[in-house]
Amino acid sequence: MVNLGFSIGSLKFKNPVLTASGTFGYGSEFEDFFDVSRLGGIIVKGTTLESREGNPYPRMAETPSGMLNSVGLQNKGIDHFEKEIYPRIASYDTNVIVNVNGSFIEDYVALAERIDRLGRITAIELNISCPNVKMGGMAFGTNPVTAREVIRAVRSVYSRILIVKLSPNVTDIVEFARIAEEEGADSVSLINTLLGMAVDLKNRKPSLSTITGGLSGPAIKPVALRMVWQVAGAVKIPVIGIGGIMTPSDAIEFILAGASAIQVGTASFIDPMASILILEGIREYLAEGNFTDIRDITGLLHMNS
Amino acid sequence: MAKRIEDFEVIGKQYLTDDIFILELSAEDILPVLLPGQFVQVRIDGSPETFLRRPFSIHDADFSTNRIKLLIQVAGKGTAVLSKLNNGDHLNLVYPLGNSFSNPSGNEKILLVGGGCGVAPLLFLGKHLNSQGYVPDILLGFRNSTSIIEYKEYGKTGRVFLTTEDGSAGEKGYVTQHPVLEAEKYDRLYCCGPDPMLKAVARYAGSKGIQCEVTLENLMACGIGACLCCVVETVRGNLCTCIDGPVFNINDLKW
Repeated sequence: MVNLGFSIGSLKFKNPVLTASGTFGYGSEFEDFFDVSRLGGIIVKGTTLESREGNPYPRMAETPSGMLNSVGLQNKGIDHFEKEIYPRIASYDTNVIVNVNGSFIEDYVALAERIDRLGRITAIELNISCPNVKMGGMAFGTNPVTAREVIRAVRSVYSRILIVKLSPNVTDIVEFARIAEEEGADSVSLINTLLGMAVDLKNRKPSLSTITGGLSGPAIKPVALRMVWQVAGAVKIPVIGIGGIMTPSDAIEFILAGASAIQVGTASFIDPMASILILEGIREYLAEGNFTDIRDITGLLHMNS
Repeated sequence: MAKRIEDFEVIGKQYLTDDIFILELSAEDILPVLLPGQFVQVRIDGSPETFLRRPFSIHDADFSTNRIKLLIQVAGKGTAVLSKLNNGDHLNLVYPLGNSFSNPSGNEKILLVGGGCGVAPLLFLGKHLNSQGYVPDILLGFRNSTSIIEYKEYGKTGRVFLTTEDGSAGEKGYVTQHPVLEAEKYDRLYCCGPDPMLKAVARYAGSKGIQCEVTLENLMACGIGACLCCVVETVRGNLCTCIDGPVFNINDLKW
């Protein structure tokens, strides 16, 4: 038997495979394909206080080994989530985590307070890194002063596990990870999408209605891996690795680089089974290497260097 | 209707024009219920530039042999890969996806309208209507006489009317200029094709108060309602083409 479990603070996860916000809906979209409760956790769609329509179509462009999106946090707001979604997903036998967004610090705080009262939501992922909204999102997460303010404000009202999702669109991501740790975050997840762009030659226009958007997929994996390695070497709180993970090997690279867990994102668009196949692959890799615990390989690269 | 992820075997490829072909696929299992208007997401392997699946509407389905047909126009790198498949190759499909055309009722007189490669879901729809006792009229628009596809196949499901842009076959002009639209009184229209055609047909149907459904082909990534990339503006807000569509009633669209 291989132990795949790990903890963030007091919160236990049965395995290190989570799904990235915005790529897995509310879990129910994938129930036809496998039992989503087998995952270590589900991070649901980015949620805001108010209902949002998101950005105009087109919001997506395929790029080499990846895609750009500029969805812009389309969601029906916390009232709808609490009434319609929460009762349904509260029965999942795994950690259900809400990705929290806002335009102002007050929005983040009000939303975190609301979610704190939902007993089955065991953690929030504070999204200060969405590149596709005019206000808030990445604007908070790319400025050390505002990043600190929003994390501090949310920490003061939110009693459960706080994960901060970091933007790669900064000079030094380690600085932001340290700020999160200093302000009492229990974990950091990285990376959100990289700001990118594509051009439609036929129409001689940007491919996205918003001109720029977030790049995801295997194209960003080396960048994500480098950042996870840097951050894991600099903070003591658990690091969750995200960025272009398509296969079990990709996931294991992140774990060796110091990630306690990983999130599967864009891969779920191409293979709805990707996350569960990655989980099975990690288990096999550990068994083949005669490891009995995932923690035996977490951050192995740091121990060796 | 449960979605599946399954491998299909390529058992036939038939070119209808220089760049449009039918790909016939055999399921390894018994086909589930498939409805006209629904689509499949095909995985394209082998190149970093064909990263995402490609959506194709179900052109035809044979439940006795567990086979489906896709109508494909070579338009980019993904369809170019598909055009090179041979019998015996396997394709991975996520299906069945999306909603379907709504059923007609009573003695409604039905017209199917399609243009170019966008006719794809209409053959399956025509056969489905036949099985319910309806014989639709079918109005097809093409660029010229050499781009006409499956004229005879459609003829088996109903009365076919034809337009070509250059007048080299059928009536000259666009589908909305065909005299049958004035000669007959239709109760219900189902329409597939390029956006300008859908909008022109929707304007015609709207002005006559005819029930009209169109299929949209918005760019999409996942096909299962997770990525929210394929949205269309409707009276109920942004909806996903992949799960709330691809078939929409024109009264719901903010065109």
